[in-house]
Amino acid sequence: MLQCENRETAFFALFRIGETAMRFGTEIVLVGLAAFAALAAAGLAQDSAFQAHMWVLFFALLAGLVVLMRNTTFAPAGAASIPLQADTNGYMDGPVRYGVIATMFWGIVGFLVGVTVALQLAYPDLNIEPWFNFGRTRPLHTSAVIFAFGGNALIATSFYVVQRTCRARLFGGNLAWFVFWGYQLFIVMAATGYLLGITQSREYAEPEWYVDLFLTIVWVAYLAVFLGTIFKRKEPHIYVANWFYLSFIVTIAMLHVVNNLAVPVTPFGSKSYSLFAGVQDALTQWWYGHNAVGFFLTAGFLGMMYYFIPKQVNRPVYSYRLSIIHFWALIFLYIWAGPHHLHYTALPDWAQTLGMVFSIMLWMPSWGGMINGLMTLSGAWDKLRTDPIVRMMVMAVAFYGMSTFEGPMMSVKAVNSLSHYTDWTIGHVHSGALGWVGMITFGAVYYLVPKLWNRERLYSLRLVTWHFWLATLGIVVYAAVMWVSGIQQGLMWREYDDQGFLVYSFAETVAAMHPYYVLRALGGALFLIGGLVMAYNLVMTIRGYQREEEPIGGRLAQPAPSLQTAG
Amino acid sequence: MSEKKIDEVSGVPTTGHEWDGIKELDTPMPRWWVWTFYGTIAWALAYTIAYPAWPMISSATKGVLGYSSRQELATTLTDVAAQQADLRAAIAEKPLDEILADETLRRFATSAGAAAYKVNCSQCHGSGAQGSAGYPNLNDDDWLWGGDIDAIHQTIAHGARSESDADTRVSEMPAFGDILSADEIRQVAAHVASFTGTPSDAALAEAGAQVFADNCAACHGETGGGDAALGAPNLADAIWLYGSNEAAIAAQVRTPKHGVMPAWQARLGDPTVKQLSVYIHSLGGGQ
Repeated sequence: MLQCENRETAFFALFRIGETAMRFGTEIVLVGLAAFAALAAAGLAQDSAFQAHMWVLFFALLAGLVVLMRNTTFAPAGAASIPLQADTNGYMDGPVRYGVIATMFWGIVGFLVGVTVALQLAYPDLNIEPWFNFGRTRPLHTSAVIFAFGGNALIATSFYVVQRTCRARLFGGNLAWFVFWGYQLFIVMAATGYLLGITQSREYAEPEWYVDLFLTIVWVAYLAVFLGTIFKRKEPHIYVANWFYLSFIVTIAMLHVVNNLAVPVTPFGSKSYSLFAGVQDALTQWWYGHNAVGFFLTAGFLGMMYYFIPKQVNRPVYSYRLSIIHFWALIFLYIWAGPHHLHYTALPDWAQTLGMVFSIMLWMPSWGGMINGLMTLSGAWDKLRTDPIVRMMVMAVAFYGMSTFEGPMMSVKAVNSLSHYTDWTIGHVHSGALGWVGMITFGAVYYLVPKLWNRERLYSLRLVTWHFWLATLGIVVYAAVMWVSGIQQGLMWREYDDQGFLVYSFAETVAAMHPYYVLRALGGALFLIGGLVMAYNLVMTIRGYQREEEPIGGRLAQPAPSLQTAG
Repeated sequence: MSEKKIDEVSGVPTTGHEWDGIKELDTPMPRWWVWTFYGTIAWALAYTIAYPAWPMISSATKGVLGYSSRQELATTLTDVAAQQADLRAAIAEKPLDEILADETLRRFATSAGAAAYKVNCSQCHGSGAQGSAGYPNLNDDDWLWGGDIDAIHQTIAHGARSESDADTRVSEMPAFGDILSADEIRQVAAHVASFTGTPSDAALAEAGAQVFADNCAACHGETGGGDAALGAPNLADAIWLYGSNEAAIAAQVRTPKHGVMPAWQARLGDPTVKQLSVYIHSLGGGQ
């Protein structure tokens, strides 16, 4: 333990410009310089959007600077260089606590914007020009749920899990704080950029070059913290959850860097041009886009599943061998499946074929995770009745299994020729995003909050049950409606009369979607309400309240003693 | 710590590892899972032999089925074109009255015209040809330029007030704001409103009769029936292009709006314009 800390201190001494006795001294200098640079960039800006964006950055950094300076002291370095909240267990849980709150906050924001864009599609008058039209709010929604909600959930849980399963404090000291705050700054810059109309028009990679560069720095810091913690672990083996988290961090770094290779028009402008052109550009984009799903929304969250399900049900992981095989098969196969987003386009046939067959082969490796998640409950299935958190996690895995069957099916060219460009794709994404990513995150957060704030239990399990049903109902409405509308849309687009002519105009197919779009907004609203119930429950838990309540359906008979062996 | 124990619930040994209290069972992989995985791999290999797949140095393997999505599209298009060739040729050749008389040709042209309409015309005239303010409804029998098949064809082919076509339909109603007084315009608007309804002020409408006879009747007719030869709208059928109330009528008298429609002949070719004409003619108002 001591040895490790010495090494860590020595490592950090390299980055210090002389020992300072001032708390946050280095941070204050760096943030101050960055704020000055943002101000200068606003002054030198070549276009008004970049100028506005730099003002946003300046004020964000200024706010950070004020907070840091208010918290500074001039006590000797050793005594004061303590994280914001001291942890008694030896682990660094401050960034995890902040991360859980950020997850909750961005989740609500993302769901709210989602309901808004759903309503904008149903009622086009809700498009408020220019800042809140669909073209700008849609990436705001996708980035808010994937990167802000999902990303914070992944960073927070990975910091929590890697420390416990390595029995080591996070590597790099305050670097973890930089990862947390740097990531929030990235989210703010991305979101405000979209609303200002700054975009490179690459789906799920909309932020422009300077925001991409900053995210790269944050992500490398994240990798350093995670990998460093694994290096100094006190367990002989690396737990499977950490393989998944690590594959997620490493692959996202690679995808992000390659897909965002671009040449800025000027150093002080918001516009850049991609290094790739034509179909190569499209393929790079969907190599990125598909693996954002594969490694961000699948591998990362499988890491979450592999820790929180065994912990919550208190049973061993079902099969070690399955976890190895499905991990390597999953990460090897996923990376090739991107071309299935470009069926029947200018992409050469051979690339389309490979994208399709790799997606088919991905089916079982994906289901390996589902089997391991579900079968971990063997011997503890009764918890489905008594523990709404377990129910949430099981529902997540069920949606994971369903989506990872639907995905390979939709990658088959014959199916894709109907489903491509329709709402079916949107339904598929949401059964994965709301069902799998959302539910497993909720489960993990419900597990974490009492532990992180030293509470005996959650404020209310009845509210968790409410959240479970609201969210589940919302997802089912959403996905079912999108299946119907997507298939109808696909059929209308390809409807020919007996003379060989198209029957419907595009506008007619849009008009036909209206009732489904209204219902979709309703499904999303249910999911949002569930999120608000969760936020209330978590806030009350953090504040230390416990609701006196009977479980929904009354107290159940306790399981037979023979089933209570685990633990 | 690294001790293999038997899990009491499942009877399966653990791997002996433990992380933060999490153990792992040494359960073998489910057989069905393994064999389905192998099955998808075998299927994938077979598919890549059948279809274009593996990239080589200068091109990719073609696949034993010789499939190509470009070829598939070209074949489909050629097949449809071959099926339609005779009918298309007949439509290109024959005059419109013969097309209308021939049941097979008429049906084909109606379908083809409907498809062309959705792509080119629905943006202004609506997907049901119902029109909107400033864009005529094509389902009724009120025609600015005539509703028989040849008149419809002429309008579609050359457009209205199109700058690119010398034969385009042109009618320029003068801006009477420069000619009549404000009172006279209010009077004539009340008079026009009285053709199809009750004017706001009977005396005003009465006074407008003379203004109408002096200024408007030459084109729109004594009773406001219009004249398709001049493109003068019928004012007595309760169908309005720019609004039916007296204020809207007065505005149109003062500074008339002149709608523009593109000339389609050069863009779509005559056979398609013929098909569009047959389709529009079939909508209910054809004369």
